Amino acid sequence: MKLSKSDIQKLQRVGYDSTGDIPRAGTFLTKDHEILSSERKDAGLEILPLKVALEKYSWVENLAFGLVPDEKDNYTKQIASHPPVGYFIRAFPGAKITQPVQSCFFIKTDRFSQMIHNIIVVEPNSELHIITGCTTAAYIKQGSHIGVTEFYIGENAKLSYTMIHDWAPQVQVFPRSAALLEASGTFISNYIALTAAELVQAYPMATVKKNGIARFNSIIYAPQGSHFDIGAGAKLVEPEAKAEIISRAVSSGGQIIARGYLEGSAANTRGHMECNGLLLRDEGSIHAVPELKGNFSQTDLSHEAAVGKIADEEIHYLMTRGLDEDTATSLIVRGFLDVRLKGLPPQLQKDIDVMIEKASLKSTM
Amino acid sequence: MNTPLLEIENLKVEIGNKRILHGVNLTIEEGTVHVIFGPNGSGKTTLVGAIMGLPQYRVTDGDIKFKGKSITSLPVHKRAKLGIGLAFQRPPAVKGVSLFYLLKAIKGSENDILAVADSMNLKDHLHRDINKGFSGGEIKRSEILQMRLMNPALLMLDEPESGVDFENILLISEIIKEILEKEISITKRKKSGLVITHTGFIIQHIQADVGHVILDGKILCSGNPQEILGRIKKYGFEKCAECL
Repeated sequence: MKLSKSDIQKLQRVGYDSTGDIPRAGTFLTKDHEILSSERKDAGLEILPLKVALEKYSWVENLAFGLVPDEKDNYTKQIASHPPVGYFIRAFPGAKITQPVQSCFFIKTDRFSQMIHNIIVVEPNSELHIITGCTTAAYIKQGSHIGVTEFYIGENAKLSYTMIHDWAPQVQVFPRSAALLEASGTFISNYIALTAAELVQAYPMATVKKNGIARFNSIIYAPQGSHFDIGAGAKLVEPEAKAEIISRAVSSGGQIIARGYLEGSAANTRGHMECNGLLLRDEGSIHAVPELKGNFSQTDLSHEAAVGKIADEEIHYLMTRGLDEDTATSLIVRGFLDVRLKGLPPQLQKDIDVMIEKASLKSTM
Repeated sequence: MNTPLLEIENLKVEIGNKRILHGVNLTIEEGTVHVIFGPNGSGKTTLVGAIMGLPQYRVTDGDIKFKGKSITSLPVHKRAKLGIGLAFQRPPAVKGVSLFYLLKAIKGSENDILAVADSMNLKDHLHRDINKGFSGGEIKRSEILQMRLMNPALLMLDEPESGVDFENILLISEIIKEILEKEISITKRKKSGLVITHTGFIIQHIQADVGHVILDGKILCSGNPQEILGRIKKYGFEKCAECL
């Protein structure tokens, strides 16, 4: 079964380029449980189906479920009992791969339950950017996507991982992710969901060692009927480890729980989180749950959380400049969602800007 | 006689359940600049807010006509489109919306925006959130910059000199005079202005044609603005109302 023109359009909406016009360091594409593409363009990296990687390298087995325990919950148990489908992506030591690797998990069969296991290894002193888009064919009504993704970030290595979700209104999604950052490692995790899903539940957790930095950004727009239970956490386990969690949530009738967890357990560790929510309608809700845990006297953890509606005063001010109410509202929503994501390739930032623009226009519909 | 641009008849306005304006009458002809003097709390800001159509200023009686047509029930943005501009005394900060993005929405031409922003020393502020962290002078310059690009037929200025240093007053006065077409002859001038002030300082820089005193929500007198200002300075607002 090949991908149709409409399928390709759906893939493009989550950052996947099939034309070859946008530079990519490699591609991994999965339709249901069939791997359609697994290729690298940059010699500094390796992209393999996880099943192949497990056969090729005996040490990969030690990484599988090394960060996300297979017994964690029913979803991870299902992944562990299923033949591995997903990718193994590795940046070789010292490789600076500036173009992003694109990956996509596509559900083409209605009521399909997609089960994915990914492992990413960023070897010491290397740099890697990954865009993962998850979406369904336009006609899909129901389905589920369960994914385990484990990130191993070596000493002085950098990984940016941008996950873009564009699900159907009755799809349930359960990503389970965790990252381990060795000394001076950097992990930037961006999560973007600007369309409806029945339920998305994700809570990636990073363990950060000496002088490492973990940054989590999430941008969520929840239309009516959607539920997002989204969070991020970081455990700062060695001196000088840092973390930042920023979430922007807009409810246009949907339910959002925005979680955040920071734990400082060593000298000079620092963590900060910002959970900002904007309610456009009375039907929706945003529940910010920021948690801080200090286990050491020289840790510095903080959070800011704010949930509210757009101030009438701001809308009226923009209206005095000739903008109608809908345009004024969408301008403010766009500004609210427009988190400058650090460390992204410019093209990806442009793609995200376009998606935010579209979501903000929908905010007044 | 000049054509009336704005005609206000017996305007009564409430904020919440409190009446602020108690029957204001005012006519502004094309090409003229009116100045309204009044102490704090006299209803000056309410008057310009009601003309602009801001919803917190509820018109309970009377009518506002602009270019001969009633605008009393028109929403804010339609009044702006018709040619009414308001430079706020204390505009809100709008988080996440850059000044540049708003200016693009007002007037698409990037070259115009850059040229005018440069002339008002605001080029470095274009990509900052509107009014967020701006100083008093920067806020006023930003308001006048927006007005310059909107180029309204009726320019309303709410306390344009408050919180602004001398240098900035000179700068914004020059742009205000440009918007009001002060450089062309009075017979050909079409732009009108309504300036709100409690100090009167601004009319040293922008020549006004007609002055009014507002007290407790009523216009008590009208006349030569310099003469009125002289009396206010000499006798104060209360005394000024008595003698008039």
